[in-house]
Amino acid sequence: MAQEEYPDAAGASQPAESPAARSIKKSGVLWGELAIKSWLASCSFISIVTTAAIVILLLSETLNFFENVSPGEFFFGTTWTPLFEPSSFGVLPLVWGTLIVTIGAALIAIPTGLASAIYLSEYASDRMRSTIKPVLELLAGIPTVVYGYFALTFVTPVLRNVFPDIQVFNALSAAIVVGIMVLPMVATMSDNALRAVPISLRQGAYALGATSYEVTTRVVVPAGLSGVMASFLLAISRAIGETMAVTLAAGQTPNMSLSMFESIQTMTSYIVQVSLGDTPSGGVAYQTLFAVATLLFAITLVINIISQMILNRFREVYE
Amino acid sequence: MSQFPDSTLAEQNLQMSKKSVLELRNVNIFYSDNQAVNDVSFNIRRNKITAIIGPSGCGKSTLLRSLNRMNDFVDGARVEGELIFSNENLYGKEVDPVEVRRRIGMVFQKPNPFPKSIYNNISWGPLINGYNGSTDELVERSLKQAALWEEVKDRLHESALNLSGGQQQRLCIARALAMEPEVLLMDEPCSALDPISTARIEDLLFELKSSYTIVIVTHNMQQAARISDYTAFMEMGDLIEFNVTKKIFTRPAMKRTEEYVTGRFG
Ligand SMILES: Nc1ncnc2c1ncn2[C@@H]1O[C@H](COP(=O)(O)OP(=O)(O)OP(=O)(O)O)[C@@H](O)[C@H]1O
Ligand SMILES: [Mg+2]
Repeated sequence: MAQEEYPDAAGASQPAESPAARSIKKSGVLWGELAIKSWLASCSFISIVTTAAIVILLLSETLNFFENVSPGEFFFGTTWTPLFEPSSFGVLPLVWGTLIVTIGAALIAIPTGLASAIYLSEYASDRMRSTIKPVLELLAGIPTVVYGYFALTFVTPVLRNVFPDIQVFNALSAAIVVGIMVLPMVATMSDNALRAVPISLRQGAYALGATSYEVTTRVVVPAGLSGVMASFLLAISRAIGETMAVTLAAGQTPNMSLSMFESIQTMTSYIVQVSLGDTPSGGVAYQTLFAVATLLFAITLVINIISQMILNRFREVYE
Repeated sequence: MSQFPDSTLAEQNLQMSKKSVLELRNVNIFYSDNQAVNDVSFNIRRNKITAIIGPSGCGKSTLLRSLNRMNDFVDGARVEGELIFSNENLYGKEVDPVEVRRRIGMVFQKPNPFPKSIYNNISWGPLINGYNGSTDELVERSLKQAALWEEVKDRLHESALNLSGGQQQRLCIARALAMEPEVLLMDEPCSALDPISTARIEDLLFELKSSYTIVIVTHNMQQAARISDYTAFMEMGDLIEFNVTKKIFTRPAMKRTEEYVTGRFG
C-alpha cells in the first residue's frame, strides 16, 4: 500500500536527482570564510588588547604614584602644584575645574538639547527636520580645537563687553563652548529616543482630549525618558573628557574659585600641559599624569556604564 | 419611515429620531490627492451601536478617524462636507479639536496603554482635563464598566504593560470611558484578541450601549450582526448601504452588500 502511494520509495536509486537528497553535510572546510573570520576576530582582538594595555599602564603608573603621594593628599588636598616647589598633590582644584565647566555646559546643552529634540520629534515638519538634522550633525563634526579658538576669539570678547572684569582665560567661556559642542549630541539622541515612542501612544493621548503640549510633556517625554537621560549622561561624560576647547578657553590655572570669570584648569587640560611640557619622565611630577588620567577614566567609565544601563532598560520596554 | 420597514426598530427609531448624535453630510476625505471616502452621508444614533463594515482599504478607519478629528494628525489628510455634532460642524473654524476628542473618545485596533500604572492610565485623561472629583472612585467605576475591575483591583499601581492583550484592550476602553465621552469610536477593537477576550468585550459593548453611543469598525460579520443596531457597508470609499443591522444581514437592498455579508465577496 505504502509503495503505491509513494511509487518513488522503492526506486529511489538515484538520489542525486531528487532535490531532497542533496547532502546537508559540509562539502569541505570553507577556507575563504575561515580567513575572513580570523581577520575580523583579530581586528576586534587588537582593540581589546590596546584597551587592556592602556588600562594596565594607567593603573601601574598610578600605583607607582601612590607610593610617593598618599591617597589622602591626592583625593582631598586642595592645592595642585605638582610641577614646582613646594609641590603639592591635591587633585581637587582640577576636579573642581572640570566640574564647573561640565555643570555650566550641561546647563546650556541639556535644556536646549531637550527642547530641540522635542521640537524635532513632535513639532517640526519632515522638511524642517531634514534640514535641521544634518546641520546638527555638521555641528557635531567640527574639530574641538575650532571651538577653543571660537571661545578665545569670539565668546570671551563678547563676554568682556558684558562683564568687563572677566579674565582672558575663563571658565565661563569654556563652559559655553563645551555646551554648544555637546548640544547636537543631546538633541539627536533625545530626538531618537522620543521618536522611538510609538505613535499609538500619542494617538491614545490625543484621543483623550490632550493638547500637543500635554501629549509631549506627559506622555512622550516620560515614555522616552530613559533614552533622554542616557543622552544627558553621555553629554556630561563627553564634557568631562573634553580637552582642546577647555585648554584654550579656560587656561591652566588650578583654582578652586567659585567665580566662572577666572582661569581654571581641568583634569584634561592638566594632562595636556604635562604631555606638552618638559616634565622629565619617571619623576613624581610625571606620574601625576597617570593618576589624573586614571581618575578621569574612572569617572567617565562610571557615567558611561550608567547611561548604557539606562539605555538597555529603555530598549526592553518597546522591543 | 420607509427607510426602516422593520416595524419595531422603526418605532424605536421614531422615538429616537431627534436623537442623532452625529450627522454625516456629504463627507469626502482625501489623502493628498487621493480620495479615500466619497460623499458619505448617514446619521449616528444615540445609545445605539453603529457598525462600519467593508473590505480592507475601503475607508472605514479613515471615516472613523474623521469623527473625532484624529485625521488631523495624518499628513495630507483633508475632510470636506459636514459632520454635525451638537449643532456644530466638527470641522468648523471655531471648533476646538481637543474639545471634540474629549467628547468623542476612541479605542484603537491595537491596545495602546501608556507605560504608566493601571491607575494612572485611567486617571490621566480626566486629570489633564481638569477633573477634580475622587480619582479612586473614577478609576474603580471605569474599570468596573470595562469589566476589568475584578482582575486588577489588587494591582492598580502595577504597570499596565504587564496586562495581557485582552486586559490591555479593556483598560483602553476603561480609559476612554473615564472621560465620559458622548460617543465612543472603536476601530477593530477585538482584532488582536482571542475569542474569549472578544466575547467579553462584546458583552461589555452591549452593556455600555445604555449610556454611550458606539461606532465600531469590524471585519467580523458575526460580530457586526451580533452587537450592532445599525450597519454601514462601505466599498472603495463609497457608502453602499446604511440600514438597521438586521436588514443589512437578512434582506439587504444592494446585491454587493448581500455578497459581502454572506461571504460571497470578490
Ligand atoms: N495615512 C494615509 N496616507 C495616505 N493614504 C492612506 C492613509 N491611510 C489610509 N490611506 C488610504 O486610504 C484608503 C482607506 O484606508 P483605510 O485605512 O481607511 O481603510 P480600512 O477600510 O480601514 O481598511 P482596513 O480594513 O484594512 O483597516 C486606502 O486606500 C489607504 O491606502
Ligand atoms: Mg482600518
